[in-house]
Amino acid sequence: MDWLLLFSNAAQEIISPTTAAYALAAIGLAIHFGFTGLLNFGQAGFMMLGAYGFAIATLTFEWPVWAALLTGIVASIVFALILGIPTLRLRADYLAIVTIAAAEIVRLLFTTNTFEPVTGSANGLQGYKGDFAALNPIPEGTYGFGPWVYNEYDWWVRIVGWSLVALAGFVTWRLFKSPWGRVIKGIREDEDAVRALGKNVYFYKMQSLVIGGVFGALGGMIFILPRAVVPSNYQTSLTFFIYAILLLGGAATVLGPIVGSVIFWVLLSFFSGFVARAVEIGWLPFMSNVQAGQLRFILVGLAIMLIVIYRPQGIFGNKKELAFVK
Amino acid sequence: MSSSDGAQGAPIKSTGLHIGEPAPGVKKADPIIVADGITRTFGGLTAVDVDHLEIPRGAITALIGPNGAGKTTLFNLLTGFDKPDHGEWTFDGSSISGIPAFKVARRGQVRTFQLTKALGLLTVLDNMKLGAKEQKGESLTRALFPWFWRKEEAAIEERAIELLTRFKLDAKKDDYAASLSGGQRKLLEMARALMSEPTLVMLDEPMAGVNPALTQSLLDHILDLKTQGMTVLFVEHDMHMVRHIADWVVVMAEGRVVAEGDPHEVMANPAVIDAYLGSHHDADLGDLDTGAITAIKELADDDADEVKH
Repeated sequence: MDWLLLFSNAAQEIISPTTAAYALAAIGLAIHFGFTGLLNFGQAGFMMLGAYGFAIATLTFEWPVWAALLTGIVASIVFALILGIPTLRLRADYLAIVTIAAAEIVRLLFTTNTFEPVTGSANGLQGYKGDFAALNPIPEGTYGFGPWVYNEYDWWVRIVGWSLVALAGFVTWRLFKSPWGRVIKGIREDEDAVRALGKNVYFYKMQSLVIGGVFGALGGMIFILPRAVVPSNYQTSLTFFIYAILLLGGAATVLGPIVGSVIFWVLLSFFSGFVARAVEIGWLPFMSNVQAGQLRFILVGLAIMLIVIYRPQGIFGNKKELAFVK
Repeated sequence: MSSSDGAQGAPIKSTGLHIGEPAPGVKKADPIIVADGITRTFGGLTAVDVDHLEIPRGAITALIGPNGAGKTTLFNLLTGFDKPDHGEWTFDGSSISGIPAFKVARRGQVRTFQLTKALGLLTVLDNMKLGAKEQKGESLTRALFPWFWRKEEAAIEERAIELLTRFKLDAKKDDYAASLSGGQRKLLEMARALMSEPTLVMLDEPMAGVNPALTQSLLDHILDLKTQGMTVLFVEHDMHMVRHIADWVVVMAEGRVVAEGDPHEVMANPAVIDAYLGSHHDADLGDLDTGAITAIKELADDDADEVKH
């Protein structure tokens, strides 16, 4: 077995744009779930709107990169408002039901043949990267060392992706060190108490839903830069992977979602590489290659269960908080 | 608990609050809340049906009544946590009927809850700071730039620590509120409400679940509110406490105000005894609420004691 290749493939995930995209979406979810207590099960929908907003604005309307970026952001804000206006006045579980359904509706709308000329239906969209690549200041060539050797476009995607992660992380950290963040965390604990102190709880929850949603949309845009937009990428399981990342890192932390995303992808890449090769050389005679491809997701499920049981606060979470979980 | 009455000496009661004979809906000399025709039904049940009610300013008013009398529902209505079917009420002269809870609180009418709502995973200090009104840093855009709110934050922190010291919670300021005892949480909730510099403090069962050792300190804090010029309206089951600190008592039963008056007089009112014991209490000994009997008996004993003093 080629261990070096296994490890080098896994190491690549540390800085891959997909990892950055998941980290962004997980930071958004941390704002929703970890800090505000909003049960958003539709983060995949926010990512999808960011991705399609960017791609459609570029391909159909031929807008420049900044306008395409803005389209994705505006789409996610509108989505957050549509979800939030009817549900944020209700109990937390209603938002969970509505978000999971809305994300599926969005995915099916982009998959249906009716809008094929714009959305590309099940085949999705590609060819929207030209303008973004044209902004790249890095001269042509391959750069890097060890396992991290990429061409100029791949580096550009990584730099933009991780800069956005850093920016989102900083904004989140800043917000939750401020009085605004204090109100938000108060709402997580008991919104009636916060209401009784004269804070407009509904408005704060809406702000949180929008900010987290915008981070999800940014994640969606980074996600499509190294690949094509395909609707089947945005199934409910995507939301649950992001929840896995969030719980792994620590739900009410800023570094948690970022490091959680790195660990998630490194492990996922390592497991899948390992299992595939183990099947090839006959270590797992009861398994076919197709089955091996699925095994990694079983392992992800197992890992989530183990985290929740043995380290429920996540890697960066505060152990003290757990002493008081209701 | 009755020992608290004798030890500290009776607090000074406000008098001359009402105009005319004390009766349900009597006019007050200087009302802070005036409510008219408030009804709230849950399905077929009329939880609250109050024709007219005035709460006197600068005094401690107790809202009492048997379980299910509609006290907490009335509280929720007055604070905007629930909407009535009909009715209008004013606070400090301006109408606040139908206004959402957070706006009611901003006008200076702040409440606490029957089941204490300490924000468990916030520190005690953060709980306090959350109470301060109109903070610049609570707006999303300014939150990102600390230089807009750093100074205000420092001032709020100073005020919070001052209040915590008064409530003897300053040693706990960096602990999670969840680590406090039940009584300490009640204190924290009251202190947090004071951070908003209210004019009317509404306490829903401030003594529920409080260790007797803390009762006296809680009572003193409530009396303090009056000395500082605030109006207090509280719901309570503990008759000793009501008689000890209340200047005015409003008695509710089955959603209506059945009696009003000075605490001593109101306890002797037949309508109040009916409300607690049922109007046929002297005829039928079948199933009486023994708790209420004990309470009323103890009160009678207290009265006898006080006469002796």
